[in-house]
Amino acid sequence: MADPGEDESFRDITVRVNGESVRARIPVRLSLVDWLRDHLGLTGSHVGCEHGVCGACTVVVDGTCLRGCLMLAVQADGASVETIEGATQSGRLRALQEAFYARAALQCGFCTPGMLLTAAEFLEGGEAPDRDAIREALSGNYCRCTGYEAIVDAVAAAAHSRER
Amino acid sequence: MKPAPFAYHAPDSLDEALALLEAHGEDAQILAGGQSLMPMLALRMAAPACLIDINRIASLRRLEETDEALRVGACVRHAELLRHAASVPHWSLVAACLREVAHPGIRNRGTPCGSIALADPAAEAPALAVALDASIHLASRRGERRIAVGDFFLGIYETAREADEMIVAVSFPRPGADWRFGFEEIARRRGDYALAGLCAGLKVVDGRIEQARLVFFGVGDRPMRADEAEAILCGGDPADAQLRARAAEAAMARIEVSGSAEYGVAYKRHLAGVLTGRVLARLAEAGGA
Repeated sequence: MADPGEDESFRDITVRVNGESVRARIPVRLSLVDWLRDHLGLTGSHVGCEHGVCGACTVVVDGTCLRGCLMLAVQADGASVETIEGATQSGRLRALQEAFYARAALQCGFCTPGMLLTAAEFLEGGEAPDRDAIREALSGNYCRCTGYEAIVDAVAAAAHSRER
Repeated sequence: MKPAPFAYHAPDSLDEALALLEAHGEDAQILAGGQSLMPMLALRMAAPACLIDINRIASLRRLEETDEALRVGACVRHAELLRHAASVPHWSLVAACLREVAHPGIRNRGTPCGSIALADPAAEAPALAVALDASIHLASRRGERRIAVGDFFLGIYETAREADEMIVAVSFPRPGADWRFGFEEIARRRGDYALAGLCAGLKVVDGRIEQARLVFFGVGDRPMRADEAEAILCGGDPADAQLRARAAEAAMARIEVSGSAEYGVAYKRHLAGVLTGRVLARLAEAGGA
């Protein structure tokens, strides 16, 4: 954390993180994802581009996926945040995670938390999960390893297993 | 932390927000969705002394539809407006346009009003507002005013908003059943800013075009209407392929273009012609696309 200079301003926040209430005093310019990672140790949310392009920092705030780098931690005061750790523990991502594993839809794994959370939101949204729609839903999440084909396969497989 | 230090305010009421804006003026930035502002802060392209976060002001979250208009509050997200528009046939242009705004995670947070306030010439929402002849609702401590969208966009990131004013809502007048709309944009990848895009509307009465609106984004320094092409279309039959070809040619030849180092003026003109031809072809049949 940067040395708090005299022009640094701080705020107290209370945030529900993966079901647990967390109170903290934080600099107002700290991003949500930096707070989750550096202060709470929830390093499953990854920091890639830090300006909203790559999607690696995707977290769920009050039920919707968003960029953890494009929201300030102070803005999450009073909100409910779910990270990849919480979504994994709750079992919400089980079908997707199994499908990613079965289809080898990851190599380095850097994009995977964001892919999983975004894919879960898409599948829960009820839109018909054809391949074009899956690609569109994941268009804001970059993967530099797989070429996406395996990821789309895995999401399609998870959609299929949900239907059964 | 990447942004430069700033003071942060998150008022609960519009009055408080406007008082802060009056006090800080040019030194303040309104933070709504933040999907453009936050990257600008991270890159230090913007370093405001003070951020006024308007997300806690409940009245700005309203999305209201009446028989006359759809009023979209300053904190309504792209995704919320998209969901509403996708369920109502007369907002087909809103839905088509917002589907192309960035990606789901960005649409969940970013706002149409914020995009209009920023006035990026390559963004969809400003062109959408022009194509639907929207009104911009501005508020300051001096009072509220409503400005026609045609008078709002002045240039790149430049609008008629005064330093002590903020956009509280944009309202889209409900188009009549005789309007048909079309939309297309050309981007290198899905969700990227468009190289060029077109929001088009035709009012067709008894097989004749009574009014035409062709609004380009990513072409000029603000949403640009293709006046000559619109004039050519008026009075004609939308199914007339020659008429459409003449309109596309006029759009290509006459639209005001700001080229970039990457994409020259000639290429942007070419895209304007191609988009006009494609979209008008779809609008030849009632219902449009």
